[in-house]
Amino acid sequence: MASLVGSRVERKEDKRFLTGKGKYTADINIANQTYAVFVRSPHARAKIQKIDLSRALRASGVVSILTGDEIAKDKIGGLIAGWAIRSEDGTEMKIPANPPLAKEHANFVGEPIVVVIAESLDEAKAAAELVSVDYKVLKGVVNTAEAMNGETIHEGIDKNLCFDWLLGDRKAVEQAFAKADKIIKVDLINNRLVPNAMEPRACVTDYNTASEEITLYTTSQNPHLSRLIMSAFGGVAPENKLRVVAPDVGGGFGSKINVYNEEIVCSWASKKIERPIKWVAERTESFLTDTHGRDHVTHAELAVTNDGKFLGFKNETIANLGAYARVFGTVTPTYLFGPCATGVYVIPAAYTNVKAVYTNTAPVDAYRGAGRPEATYTIERLVEKAAMELGIDKTELRMRNFPKQFPFKQTLVHTVDSGDYGAGLEKAKKMSDYDGFQARRKKSEASGKLRGIGVSSYFEACGIAPSAAVMSLGCGVGLWESAEVRFNPTGQISVYTGSHSHGQGHDTTFAQIAADELGVAMENIDVVHGDTNKGTFGMGTYGSRSLTVGGVAIVNACRKIIAKGKKVAAKMLEVSENEIDFKNGEFVALKSNKKKTIGEIAFALYLPGSRDSDFKSQLPEGMEPGLIETAFFDPANFSFPAGTHICEVEIDPETGEVKVEKYTAVDDFGRIVNPNIVEGQVHGGIAQGIGQALYENAQYDETGQLITASYMDYTMPRADNFPEFNLGFTCTLATTNPLGVKGCGEAGAIASPPAVMNAVIDALGGQEITMPATAEKVWRACKSLKKSNYKAA
Amino acid sequence: MKTFNYHAPKDVNEASKLASVNSVFLAGGMTSIPSIKLGLASYKDVINIKHIKKLSGIKVAGKSLIIGSTTKHAEVASSKDVQKEIPSLAKLAGRIGDAQVRNRGTIGGSISNNDPSACYPSACMALNAIIHTNEREIEASNFFIGMFETALKKNEIVEAVEFQIPEKSNYQKHPNPASRYAIVGVYLAKYKDKVNVAVTGAKSCVYIDSDLSKKLSSNFSTSAIEGIKLDSSEMNSDIHASAEYRANLVMTYAKKAVEAC
Ligand SMILES: Cc1cc2nc3c(=O)[nH]c(=O)nc-3n(C[C@H](O)[C@H](O)[C@H](O)COP(=O)(O)OP(=O)(O)OC[C@H]3O[C@@H](n4cnc5c(N)ncnc54)[C@H](O)[C@@H]3O)c2cc1C
Repeated sequence: MASLVGSRVERKEDKRFLTGKGKYTADINIANQTYAVFVRSPHARAKIQKIDLSRALRASGVVSILTGDEIAKDKIGGLIAGWAIRSEDGTEMKIPANPPLAKEHANFVGEPIVVVIAESLDEAKAAAELVSVDYKVLKGVVNTAEAMNGETIHEGIDKNLCFDWLLGDRKAVEQAFAKADKIIKVDLINNRLVPNAMEPRACVTDYNTASEEITLYTTSQNPHLSRLIMSAFGGVAPENKLRVVAPDVGGGFGSKINVYNEEIVCSWASKKIERPIKWVAERTESFLTDTHGRDHVTHAELAVTNDGKFLGFKNETIANLGAYARVFGTVTPTYLFGPCATGVYVIPAAYTNVKAVYTNTAPVDAYRGAGRPEATYTIERLVEKAAMELGIDKTELRMRNFPKQFPFKQTLVHTVDSGDYGAGLEKAKKMSDYDGFQARRKKSEASGKLRGIGVSSYFEACGIAPSAAVMSLGCGVGLWESAEVRFNPTGQISVYTGSHSHGQGHDTTFAQIAADELGVAMENIDVVHGDTNKGTFGMGTYGSRSLTVGGVAIVNACRKIIAKGKKVAAKMLEVSENEIDFKNGEFVALKSNKKKTIGEIAFALYLPGSRDSDFKSQLPEGMEPGLIETAFFDPANFSFPAGTHICEVEIDPETGEVKVEKYTAVDDFGRIVNPNIVEGQVHGGIAQGIGQALYENAQYDETGQLITASYMDYTMPRADNFPEFNLGFTCTLATTNPLGVKGCGEAGAIASPPAVMNAVIDALGGQEITMPATAEKVWRACKSLKKSNYKAA
Repeated sequence: MKTFNYHAPKDVNEASKLASVNSVFLAGGMTSIPSIKLGLASYKDVINIKHIKKLSGIKVAGKSLIIGSTTKHAEVASSKDVQKEIPSLAKLAGRIGDAQVRNRGTIGGSISNNDPSACYPSACMALNAIIHTNEREIEASNFFIGMFETALKKNEIVEAVEFQIPEKSNYQKHPNPASRYAIVGVYLAKYKDKVNVAVTGAKSCVYIDSDLSKKLSSNFSTSAIEGIKLDSSEMNSDIHASAEYRANLVMTYAKKAVEAC
């Protein structure tokens, strides 16, 4: 049987999605349900002095109106930061309370204060308008770079500083810098982004008065984790009385990792009013309250020798956490950022210092790439600038500093198991016709345009798991993944996974893997996920971990199935176990060539004494019937995809418009299970990365109002903003999992912003501009180019 | 959503009678419906005018191209008549918003709404359009009064827009990357004795740039307008573009429009 792993199998889930048969949270309606609308703070920072519900309570259709007082009385806990970070001076990070409904202070525009529950959505909305909240408006802290000088937002948190964290060795870096011929410096802003999942967040909660169980249908990337947090920290219900279901979910990009206020409030309120409650975010609510991404201000330096050897690296970053620290809020700008900031290079000495600050803006958390795009942007801007200042070709400079051997002990944390960075770069050069660039630049110049080329070589640490590693870095839980493989008596298979698919295509790839392992047709396999009542526990999907951790757990469970099956086959074929080979779904007795299919074995395991066997059990003595196996996989290390992206842009100096003319991406994801799906992931990531580099920007005004809170003002890139992406792959197998796979979900978003910005800045003759490189900014840069009579070389 | 009375009259008179200070005409609904949904506007009566047959359609009459008010952008973009007589107008319609907007939005709705960054008002100004309503004929230059403001009275309905077919014309647009409305749009129309340069997006209301128009009327070449310094003091400045940048765009696109003619 041909291997399914590696083949372009069409996505099983697409039929459902493309024919409107998907079932999303907002599609769920429960008899007798009520509707929730949240009254949110219109101010970035305010003291809540008084809440008057009297008029709202008299409005038609109102079932209940609840505030922070009630939720506090019921001892419902708040939202949490999942990762403990220690400052350089050894002190613990400072975490403010984050109640599900703000009681005394509102700290960002959109923060929920009151929930209005009514018989219909219209009535809930109308009543919400009658809730009167008396605010004392305070001066907000908005600007990332200035946050430490602002008024204290959270009592007891000096300078609005959550932590001041150091990774690396300042002394060694100073010594390295002392030996340098040149110091390359950059000041960077990693612009704040709104994740913009296509499906806005939503929840439907249903409390059963008889079983006393709460069911929460929600838009989550990790339903088990949500249940754990809501039980252990929220005190909403014990885990056995709380079922969390994340049905089809229309994209997350990290914004659906967190348990949010609304889910906690509606779960709690459903029990209180003993009726189901439905809440669906409007797009404005998504803009205001989904966790945002990025928002760093960085100063970084690279010490180099004249012949282009990297000696040392410094990174001083201020990271904006927003108003509160959320689940991955504190790890994103630290351990997901710092270690990768030295990039794919041998740099003997390095440090990253991050000051994480609170501001009166929406909480910032993981967004596709989480920390690694910021890291890659930092190092790849430095390297490109170094090439310019040293007069060494940018690809040559990179080549000189790539590690020559694997495993590669990277400067700060990681030991990268496998890779070949030179091969990726060479391939990308070829595919992008790097050598032909000067001719294309001349052609552009002949028509009055500027042309630039930018390179970005990256590696990243994903497949977020190794429990020992992440716990030593402060993670609150181990991050393994589980799987359960269940055979029915008649041979179909259900694969339960703790990963969650919200667009990644697990129904397909996981079925491919299991089908190959078990030697059965893919059609016989159903992948089940997203329901805490089905299957074992799971950690969910983020950090490009589904395949490298969750997929491997499936492989291991399948292998346990085969091991058990072998014992039964041996008995049935009357040979010893080591004389049995398992191939293509069949257990074969080596000498006699007699066979039993895995389906027959499953049948025997459920119905051991059937007619075929003269009603005598076919099972080895003492064997438990049934064919169900569970595996928990905790890998030995992270997964380290890597590659080189090359971008070419053309600029119209009269309007400043930047057009991405060519985009080449060469990635090493180890073994590729489904090229179709991997290419889709890379495309999506590049689209978001080009979005960050050229278009997207979440802007708050000085009072803390989000002024880009709709698609009229927040620029989402569209298909006509992109050229055809030119994708290539190299392959070095991961050595830390049996499939040899590496994560591919975030790489596109990690590699692309510096590739694009390096190209823009190259076109501008080295003049630096900040992301997003909007037409007006670029036009201004072009004007000063003209003044200095610069002619692109 | 707020409740309202819905009407679907069959003729203009009936529609006009239903109108009041508390009503809105529903053409494409691309502006009116989002306004209601976002709570920016609320109406007692919503009067759908799409069932009034005579309001839709395109015809050529002598030196004029006449487009019915409920004709959709997509219909204008793909019309053979428009493509032949005023190709720049077909192109303008084909670049409005996105496919969904073009398949619903109408020319009458666009000009009645008079969004400062809409495209059609610039076409009306440059192409010496006459706006035919159920009551009168209004010249474009008297029709667009200010930001979201027109000469229309409460009960007045735009029936058709009559464009004067030019010798040559061109429309250049710098789209807002987010909404795809015009940050700046420059519509240039050349007639035998006169050139009109209409500008949208730059100020609070569409206008004819008299300086550019005059210079191009006497010498139709980019050199005629080279070096003109536009006054940006009344131009819009927002998160998408500063006044200074808008002024640059007007000049740049005026030149591009001349080159394209
Ligand atoms: C995302 C988006 C992008 C857009 N991009 C562009 C763009 O690039 N360029 C551009 O020019 N436009 C753009 N538009 C505007 C769009 O093209 C429509 O023209 C506009 O929204 C109004 O037209 P409508 O037919 O939908 O009118 P409606 O929304 O139905 O009505 C708008 C107003 O006009 C009045 N009205 C409608 N018809 C008449 C009539 N016959 N007589 C009197 N009053 C009338 C109504 O009472 C109402 O007040 C965009 C719109 C959206 C939503």
